[in-house]
Amino acid sequence: MSKGPRDKQMSIDEVVASLEDGMTIGIGGWGPRRKPMALVRAIYNSDLKDLTIVSWGGADVGLLARAGKIRRLVYAFVSLDTVPLEPNFQKARQEGTIPEVVELDEGMFQTGLKAASERLPFLPMRAGLGSDVLVNNPWIKTVASPYDDGEVLVAVPALTLDVALVHLNRADVHGNATYLGPDPYFDDLFAMAAERTYLSVEQVIDTAGLTVDTPVQRLLLSRMLVTGVVETPHGAHFTDCRPDYARDEKFQRAYAAAAGGSDDDWAAFEERFLAGDEAAYQAAVQAFTEEQA
Amino acid sequence: MSGTQTTPTRADVCAAAVADAFKDDGEIFASPMGTMPMLGVRLAKLTSNTDLVISDGESLFLAGTPPLFAKADVVEGWIPFRKVFDVVAHGKRHVMMGATQVDRDGNQNISAIGPFAQPKRQLLGSRGAPGNTVNNRTSYWVPKHSTRVFVEAVDIVSGVGPKRAAAAGPAAERFNDIHRIVTNLGVLDVNGPDRTVRLVSVHPGVTTAEVQEATGFDLGDLTDVPETRLPTAEEQVIISEVLDPQGFRFKEVPA
Repeated sequence: MSKGPRDKQMSIDEVVASLEDGMTIGIGGWGPRRKPMALVRAIYNSDLKDLTIVSWGGADVGLLARAGKIRRLVYAFVSLDTVPLEPNFQKARQEGTIPEVVELDEGMFQTGLKAASERLPFLPMRAGLGSDVLVNNPWIKTVASPYDDGEVLVAVPALTLDVALVHLNRADVHGNATYLGPDPYFDDLFAMAAERTYLSVEQVIDTAGLTVDTPVQRLLLSRMLVTGVVETPHGAHFTDCRPDYARDEKFQRAYAAAAGGSDDDWAAFEERFLAGDEAAYQAAVQAFTEEQA
Repeated sequence: MSGTQTTPTRADVCAAAVADAFKDDGEIFASPMGTMPMLGVRLAKLTSNTDLVISDGESLFLAGTPPLFAKADVVEGWIPFRKVFDVVAHGKRHVMMGATQVDRDGNQNISAIGPFAQPKRQLLGSRGAPGNTVNNRTSYWVPKHSTRVFVEAVDIVSGVGPKRAAAAGPAAERFNDIHRIVTNLGVLDVNGPDRTVRLVSVHPGVTTAEVQEATGFDLGDLTDVPETRLPTAEEQVIISEVLDPQGFRFKEVPA
């Protein structure tokens, strides 16, 4: 019997089966970049409900809002970048279908995750002072510096997560993982703010392979932060996951058109792309790409 | 000179006005959001403030000053989002953001239109505006100056103006520095009476009456408002032949 650390590989369905109604779930990546979309799609199709979603949001928030999964949303923005306003998120906000909405400054959001990762109730910062972030979230308090300056700062509350979902480029079966793109985003912080972290990756390789042609500084996650590893090639589609693939702008436009269109438009998009499992999704995307070529 | 463009367009005037907003910043990180701010910042980097630190808008500090949307040449640093937040808090940064609404007191809104609980129109969310405006110099770019943008009071305060910052206390006021609001019609700042928005200059070809007409609050006495300067010949060449030969700027401010 091997004496090494344990193999944490799981299926998408096993990850989703481990989630429960009412959980607080943080989703890594940034806007339309390196989102764990395969896991998000599976939640979209699950029976889960009443979730608190914590995300610098893109289509992850849009999809879960459209499916009525979100009871409470914590965000600083929701955007697809080249499509600045996320249509499913807009629709949900304008129809008032997300019962509780917490809009933070994007730096406050990081500070909240940092507080959670350090097991602190809050961390002080300037961001938020004077803005309607404090007006619309009256539960967020200020704190006076105990030192001579006496400055009154925002006591950014810890954004403690039950579960973090993140997508990286490569991992070993134990959960050590590298990001190979331009920005780590905050996936390590999400993992440290969470009780459990599920990691999806483009490719599972052996441990030695992680650093064979890649600087060790690209190892963003240590296995001690990771509960489960899922290999989901193209699992961040249609968000950016360079160098494996860039954002699929054509598909994103089709998504945005359906999301911003009639109920029938959305139903057709859902039927074609979202009704099946991840393999069915990837096959449907393949067909879409060939059509567009 | 190729002589392809002899008279500066309105867009060129805007680019020079954006550049002027960054000329006295020294060696700080210039963060432009959008086409015209990016053009103006790069123009400043090539003329009035060669020490500016600029990025590709994603994660790289650029040593050179490439044309708009061109690939980076020499890289001089790494600025992923986590380090952007570090610089915001540290303060060596001047951001020029967009604004869906700006009010008399220099507050900005990019969050939503209508009541926050159930907006008439959901926008981006407040993004970094609350943090930017209490930490580092912040300017705004408004490509279409109108009464829809310049309102008496914004629906949601994302970016904090000087009066709100003062009311929130010394920690908020200490680094609050709303610098310029550049629009397609003129240049404004928040140095009017009681730290309100005032018209600093009006672009050539625009009257002060037209600016007042397009502004949803009283701009006060406009009799002595000067014209915004024209780009110099050197700037004109840099804008139209080096930084934006493809004319991306005209998508925001038509020629």
